[in-house]
Amino acid sequence: MTLFGLEITLDLILYTGAFGLIVIGAAGIVLAHHLFRVILALAIAEAGANLLLVLSGYRWDAIAPILSGSESAAPMVDPVPQAMVLTAIVIGVGVQALAVGLAMQVKKTYGTLDMSAIRQRLEADIAGTAGIATTGSQDAPLGERPLPPADAVPVTPGSSAR
Amino acid sequence: MILISTVIVAIMLLAAVAALLFKNHVAAVAAVGILSLALSVLFVILKAPDVAMTEAAVGAGLSALVLALGLRRLGLWQIESSNSTQSSIQKSGEHTDA
Repeated sequence: MTLFGLEITLDLILYTGAFGLIVIGAAGIVLAHHLFRVILALAIAEAGANLLLVLSGYRWDAIAPILSGSESAAPMVDPVPQAMVLTAIVIGVGVQALAVGLAMQVKKTYGTLDMSAIRQRLEADIAGTAGIATTGSQDAPLGERPLPPADAVPVTPGSSAR
Repeated sequence: MILISTVIVAIMLLAAVAALLFKNHVAAVAAVGILSLALSVLFVILKAPDVAMTEAAVGAGLSALVLALGLRRLGLWQIESSNSTQSSIQKSGEHTDA
């Protein structure tokens, strides 16, 4: 079966699914407006990475790597990525629980989960702790960059003119 | 085999997109659970039954449980969409409608 001159195989479909999940998850992490959606996007990207790892050891003519008594000469799929993925699934749940806990802390501290509001409060907090005036952000710049006068002498790096 | 895989991959990608686009957070968590469940079926096709068992139990079960309980603790647990989700729709509507 071919489509647009490209032969549709099982591998192609599965790799499309894996990379699609990773891309959707990464886009969600970057573009989400709500902190909880970022956690969900993290879970989606993690699922895609797990699928990609299992796919790396897959052979279509192999059997599952489980000893079942009657040993046959058929090749087995690579069990090493499967063991890694088994660990990664459990670690992923731990990461999600940690992320939910951090989101609870953000909710308790700032009272909101909206990403832009959190970013504003965070920058104000950092500026306040450092004892400096609140700096402008990308959305609200403080002022314009001062232009040098037209007849200014170019300052060399070694000179002490201040 | 190729047909089953295509259907399952399509379910996974649809669930992933739905998890990011649903306005209701409970529905989004359910979509992530569906994604994990479809992934576990795919692991069985890929000759990895042990990984499939773990994914179904831990990825679909425990992860969805953790996310749902966190949702309740965060005060986002809204099943009725009539009056209680008014604020969240107003908040997220201006971003998604553009």
